[in-house]
Amino acid sequence: MPTNAPSAAHALADVTASDSSLRRFLHGLPGVDAVGLEARAASLGTRSIKTTAKAYAIDLAISMVDLTTLEGADTPGKVRALGAKAVHPDPTDRTTPATAAVCVYPDMVAAAKEAVAGSSVKVASVATSFPAGRAALDVKLSDVRDAVAAGADEIDMVIDRGAFLAGRYAKVYDEIVAVREACGTGARLKVIFETGELSTYDNIRRASWLGMLAGADFIKTSTGKVAVNATPANTLLMLEAVRDFRAQTGVQVGVKPAGGIRTSKDAIKFLVLVNETVGEDWLDNHWFRFGASSLLNDLLMQRQKLATGRYSGPDYVTVD
Amino acid sequence: MSDARLSVFKTYKLYVGGKFPRSESGRVYEVTDAKGKWLANAPLSSRKDARDAVVAARKAFGGWAGATAYNRGQVLYRVAEMLEGRRAQFVHEVADAEGLSKSKAAEQVDATIDRWVWYAGWTDKIAQVIGGGNPVAGPYFNLSSPEPTGVVAVVAPQESSFLGLVSVLAPVIATGNTAVVVTSEKSPLPALSLAEVLATSDVPGGVVNVLSGVTAEIATPLAAHQDVNAIDLAGADEVLAKELEIAAADNLKRVLRPQPVDDWSATPGIDRMTAFLETKTVWHPTGSLGASGSSY
Repeated sequence: MPTNAPSAAHALADVTASDSSLRRFLHGLPGVDAVGLEARAASLGTRSIKTTAKAYAIDLAISMVDLTTLEGADTPGKVRALGAKAVHPDPTDRTTPATAAVCVYPDMVAAAKEAVAGSSVKVASVATSFPAGRAALDVKLSDVRDAVAAGADEIDMVIDRGAFLAGRYAKVYDEIVAVREACGTGARLKVIFETGELSTYDNIRRASWLGMLAGADFIKTSTGKVAVNATPANTLLMLEAVRDFRAQTGVQVGVKPAGGIRTSKDAIKFLVLVNETVGEDWLDNHWFRFGASSLLNDLLMQRQKLATGRYSGPDYVTVD
Repeated sequence: MSDARLSVFKTYKLYVGGKFPRSESGRVYEVTDAKGKWLANAPLSSRKDARDAVVAARKAFGGWAGATAYNRGQVLYRVAEMLEGRRAQFVHEVADAEGLSKSKAAEQVDATIDRWVWYAGWTDKIAQVIGGGNPVAGPYFNLSSPEPTGVVAVVAPQESSFLGLVSVLAPVIATGNTAVVVTSEKSPLPALSLAEVLATSDVPGGVVNVLSGVTAEIATPLAAHQDVNAIDLAGADEVLAKELEIAAADNLKRVLRPQPVDDWSATPGIDRMTAFLETKTVWHPTGSLGASGSSY
């Protein structure tokens, strides 16, 4: 269900008309109260989620995982193993929900597609010269077309951070629009901002609006390849952006924190952020995802603990 | 007239992953001496403290098991050096805990320090004693070597709060395992002070984790824990030992059943070390060496 970019463009049509109007709009967004934002994210992280609520949260979190492998050493065999795990995360307990998607490089899409065939698991592919995004536009677009042609259901693109930081917002905007077109109607587009490279919260807010104006179906924090990845604070900021965007345009956009979320406790904190900021509409893997690889094992160990009453260990989940 | 000085009481804390946290539950319990006089408040650990301790012990296992046996021996000897320096404190604590006279307590502490040195010496010798080359009928070497089991939960003896504790803890870590120790319930203070010694010698954080509290409450989740490889039931009474053994069966833990010990100061032998070792046997092909010095 790709959201339709035209309606977003309609509500804020004059904003994207030119480079200067775009700049005026983005710089006119209210500044972020950094201390308040971090305090709010930290205070929402103190909620105690136990017993049945915890079981629900763990299953929900499992169903939201984009199980990711983005290594130079990826092989078709590794992708097949990952696909099998995505479909049945815990083979000893078939009541475990499947994950949302597997996330791979474009050349592995075909292998991933085969591995998850017949299940609800989607195949997401990073594209546009991930993770740096330093390539010519036609190279990036052919990267996207390759992935889509191989059957990717979702495309995770990176924005041109260099252009963004240099203030050339229209270039970033046009690129996202072009990639959105290359995705066609079949694939949903996730736009990665690499928040760790954007320096300020103000920039993250601007990037979020820029991405949504350009027709992103999802906005995603980071590639997982830099020092600072998803944090509760920057995810909260992006959740506020999608909430405000829907209020203004009626278009709902998903959020995907990625990188650095390793424990069930962390994942549940993010779910609390979602529930308290944008509400239940987003508590679904169509609108919220975790980009992670090691998180799934911790979720499974916690799930086993709840089911059996005994603490589990890494010997009882796969080594990825 | 001189003012009476207010003494500074010590806050006894747990030892987990090289740090000194309070119990996650925030609870403490009163520790008394043999005559019932209050000594200190000790942390009353919960099962979550046990879980955290296992995580810390697992994290430390690779480094400790991978350290050379010689290095482990040096580190354990260093512990004995540090103990020697705090001898007076331990004499005081052991005397209070076990109701002993100063001289009897001093004997216990000296025996304990000697026990550390004894096990420190064993680290690089145990492999020669219980491993070796096996004779086989073929062009192969066949070598058996002892490997540490992994994370070992140690239920420390209830009566001998210091010598007994060290006599069950030292063999576990000398052979490269990491340990989660449940102290004597009634007299945990020498064990908690030992943690301070371990933290200031060269023992890496997480190799030894010390939990005080109700033995059954902490030992039960440890026995059932899927990521604990072995459990020493030295300080469990008959009923508890049976329960723990049943819980431990679920993931095929190695279990060392409680054995009656009349005198902890007697030479212990190597049984406690071999209880938490696994023998790894490998085949290695040999052949006449070529000009290159290799047969491959």
